[in-house]
Amino acid sequence: MNFARTLEFTLNGRVLSGADGSIASPSMRLLDLLRLQAGQTGTKEGCGEGECGACAVLVDGEVVNSCLVPVGQLHGRTVMSIEGLPRTDPLLEAFARAGATQCGICTPGMILAARALLDRQPDPSLDEVREALAGNLCRCTGYARIYAAVLDAATVRGGDA
Amino acid sequence: MNSAATAASEWYRPTSLADALAIRASARGAVVAIAGCTDLMVGWNAGSRRLPSVLDLSALPELGAIEVGPDAVTIGAAVCCARIAAHPAIAGRLPMLASSARQTGSIAIQNRATLGGNIMNASPAADNPPVLLAFGARVTLASVRGSRTLDYAAFHTGYKRTLAEPDELLVSVTVPYPAPGASSHYRKVGTRRAQAISKVALAALIETTDRAEDGTRRVRDARFGFASAGPVPLTAPSLSAALRDSPLPAIDRLLVERALASDLSPIDDIRSTAAYRRQVAVNLVMAALAEASQVP
Ligand SMILES: Cc1cc2nc3c(=O)[nH]c(=O)nc-3n(C[C@H](O)[C@H](O)[C@H](O)COP(=O)(O)OP(=O)(O)OC[C@H]3O[C@@H](n4cnc5c(N)ncnc54)[C@H](O)[C@@H]3O)c2cc1C
Ligand code: FES
Ligand code: FES
Repeated sequence: MNFARTLEFTLNGRVLSGADGSIASPSMRLLDLLRLQAGQTGTKEGCGEGECGACAVLVDGEVVNSCLVPVGQLHGRTVMSIEGLPRTDPLLEAFARAGATQCGICTPGMILAARALLDRQPDPSLDEVREALAGNLCRCTGYARIYAAVLDAATVRGGDA
Repeated sequence: MNSAATAASEWYRPTSLADALAIRASARGAVVAIAGCTDLMVGWNAGSRRLPSVLDLSALPELGAIEVGPDAVTIGAAVCCARIAAHPAIAGRLPMLASSARQTGSIAIQNRATLGGNIMNASPAADNPPVLLAFGARVTLASVRGSRTLDYAAFHTGYKRTLAEPDELLVSVTVPYPAPGASSHYRKVGTRRAQAISKVALAALIETTDRAEDGTRRVRDARFGFASAGPVPLTAPSLSAALRDSPLPAIDRLLVERALASDLSPIDDIRSTAAYRRQVAVNLVMAALAEASQVP
């Protein structure tokens, strides 16, 4: 009963496992598994210390920083990185429309943190958007356009429902 | 990659507390207990890639529950801050704890950071310990030798030192409900709201008497918890004693300052100076007392 071989979780709809080698080791950071082993480089490394949110992904729909998650703790869970976000997500359009992306390093983490917010609170206030994105740093945009994009995506979604 | 280095270490993921305690006992401290990893993995990244053997606490049902009792809420050590902040009974009856949990880093941190990790990491700047001190919480530890419940106020014995033995795990924290009508608030003074480690933080729980005929009310019992005001999370026994039976809101700033002079032992560091921290601590107490005097 070697845990490393029984370890299994779902990444963007695909099952990864220790048994078939798609998870190298339980102590690997989720960030490294994504970028180095799964070849999914949409998730970025900024600080490696939980401060910037560039590495944010969703685990069972909740936003976490993948630089602080050893994959051994993901047994039975479902991980979504930016590659797993449906192309039709209104946040993508809204970010483009608002000019909420410049260099783009923060964008995948911003969008996933915003997705977790909108799933929990489909009609957030500006303050709620700020609070939800407070762990995601952006060196380029000054944030206003990012907040506007999230609020905009919320109205699109509201209109759909 | 680091597979060569990590292959040597063991990864334990027990699904019962008994199994976890047996591993903890046999490993004699050679296995690191991990919960949300938000303190631990910061070090791992910066330091060597050679990871120790690991005892993952995240699959233990005994550490994962929130139990709402008639007199207190018992929170499993591995419950994360996001769950604490969102729990209806905690928000309703222990709002100060919901508030500190909601200020324990960004949401991505709160989703991982556990209450047990916040306590066991034993940082004097941590957000939840002051609140637990003000509420008079108790902590339950367990090992293969048995389990014991201690007053949290006695738990931190020195910088990064606690009463927990190397073979013990923190199982849960029991937080009693305050008297109805007590005023409580948690204030953190930092540089930025969500992420900053506090320069000073205060949790205050103030019970007052009913208004006398002349409209005054008195402090019946006031309990405090401070972060970043000494080597460990601190209570303020002299201040609590000095305030007992004092009429609100006429409490003299000097009285607070004098009492805190012996209760707190802040330091100068990169985040602030000792003198500034003393000032802020007094201001925070005065604000808490003003708030308590407003309670209808
Ligand atoms: C970017 C960032 C921002 C942060 N902001 C804040 C903040 O604003 N306020 C704040 O208070 N903290 C903050 N922290 C610190 C950290 O998130 C908290 O201290 C958190 O509660 C630690 O919990 P954890 O579950 O992640 O602990 P872990 O990192 O898993 O463990 C911490 C320590 O506790 C031990 N441990 C954990 N659980 C147990 C147990 N049940 N029994 C025995 N030992 C145990 C571990 O062995 C380890 O020594 C921040 C951290 C980061 C990275
Ligand atoms: S790289 Fe993970 S938070 Fe910065
Ligand atoms: S767009 Fe460059 S960091 Fe946000």
